[in-house]
Amino acid sequence: MDLAHIYREEWGRILAILIRQFGSFELAEEVAQEAFTVALEQWPREGVPQNPRAWLIATARHKAIDYLRRARRMDLKESDELVRLADERGEIQEEETMRDERLSLVFTCCHPALAVESQVALTLRTLGGLTTEEIAKAFLVPVPTMAQRLVRTKNKIRSAHIPYCIPAKQELVERLDAVLLVIYLIFNEGYAARSGDSLVRRELCHDAISLGRVLCELLPSNAEARSLLALMLLHDSRRNARSTDGNLLVPLEEQDRSLWDREQIREGVALTESALRAGDRGPYSLQAAIAALHAQAGTAGETDWQQIAALYRLLLIVHPSPVVELNRAVAIAMAQGPHAGLRLLDELEKRGELSEYYLLPAARADLLRRSSCWAEAAEAYRSALKLDMSGPERQYLARRLDEVEQLSSPAPADRDL
Amino acid sequence: MQYLLLIYDQETQWATMPEAEQQKIYQRYGTLTQDLQKSGKMLGGNQLQPISTATTVRIRNGKKLVTDGPFAETKEQLGGFYLVEAKDLDDALAIAARIPSAETGSIEVRPLVKHSS
Repeated sequence: MDLAHIYREEWGRILAILIRQFGSFELAEEVAQEAFTVALEQWPREGVPQNPRAWLIATARHKAIDYLRRARRMDLKESDELVRLADERGEIQEEETMRDERLSLVFTCCHPALAVESQVALTLRTLGGLTTEEIAKAFLVPVPTMAQRLVRTKNKIRSAHIPYCIPAKQELVERLDAVLLVIYLIFNEGYAARSGDSLVRRELCHDAISLGRVLCELLPSNAEARSLLALMLLHDSRRNARSTDGNLLVPLEEQDRSLWDREQIREGVALTESALRAGDRGPYSLQAAIAALHAQAGTAGETDWQQIAALYRLLLIVHPSPVVELNRAVAIAMAQGPHAGLRLLDELEKRGELSEYYLLPAARADLLRRSSCWAEAAEAYRSALKLDMSGPERQYLARRLDEVEQLSSPAPADRDL
Repeated sequence: MQYLLLIYDQETQWATMPEAEQQKIYQRYGTLTQDLQKSGKMLGGNQLQPISTATTVRIRNGKKLVTDGPFAETKEQLGGFYLVEAKDLDDALAIAARIPSAETGSIEVRPLVKHSS
């Protein structure tokens, strides 16, 4: 018996059913936790029940009804109503209902009336089954801060009466965007090159991928959900090649491609192709297509930069952003030569939107290095290093700066000074 | 569930608006109010006089302090409100989105505390 596995698999499902039955996040969480505690104690002794999920739901329900009966003295009318609801919906739910309940839970957690950071935390807690401590650790905030954030969020859901339902059709697309964003934010938090506990970060990527799988399972005909899952799988396939044992960043070009996870790439590429075939040209499908082209190149030199640049152009239409422009400029430089890219970077720089973004001077530095303009490249690396970035990224750029400084070694006359 | 919809907008913009345009906006408010009344969601609401008419009262150390003006100077001013009965937050947000000032100012949606009587 692997209770940890059952917990990961079933926590979200069980919670979704209990919230529907009892109308309270707090109560549902509490009794679900208690049911797992009983299981932990009983199952090793008496064996795992035939249907663990049904057993856990039934146990949690009994705890909840007990609790409400006891609380009756305090608030008679409300608990009566809850007991009635629980009895009415007492039967173990069908798969179909289970699906809808989990989907309701996703949309409630990602309601636009909640702050994005709260959406992320609550989604991880309820659907992902992470503990408050785990979420706090993943987002590098103190546990009490995260606990308070979760309490406030649940409090707002209750007090403002945020509905527990799947949005109506006309709102579904807009609301789904928020759900996709939350899952992608969770993934990026795990994927970002940061110093710190790499195991926690790896888990976070896995959690995001699992949530992506849940969403695809819940909305099988939604191509953007499929594309998001593909994008995460493709990025994550490079995990073992992205950094050295000493947590030094290895850029895509220099990665040992034999370390890439072939199975994940196969799945990611298949999902991307199916989304594109379904006619999806949304931001996630285009980004997945770009990631798929990188993943399918046997060597860095074989990368189809021409097509990547074309995909970035499409991405700019559906998702205009200076960061996408920056990526397109780099793709064009790789396809047509550094000068074409540098011209685009000049334009971007003039607009000033990315003046605080280290990747703009870093990209300039990289293209100048490729053109063997060592002194200018060094200058650009120095500008980049003045801006905010994570530890591993800083180390990488400092290493590059060292390289180009040595290549542009000063003339003998300077050395005498 | 009861919600208070607080209507914030720039008073100066309203004050300098041609009367014909003001009339159009009043008409839209009228339609919304009627719809809310018909569906039984309207509990109350009104337009407020401009903040130049506001007075703020505070008791400090047992002493009453009366000052001219609103409690805080803001870019957008509280100019009116609706008190509505809505199914849930989504329902209340849908009503808020129909308030003409949502297009120029902001509507703050606040659930009311339910006190057991």
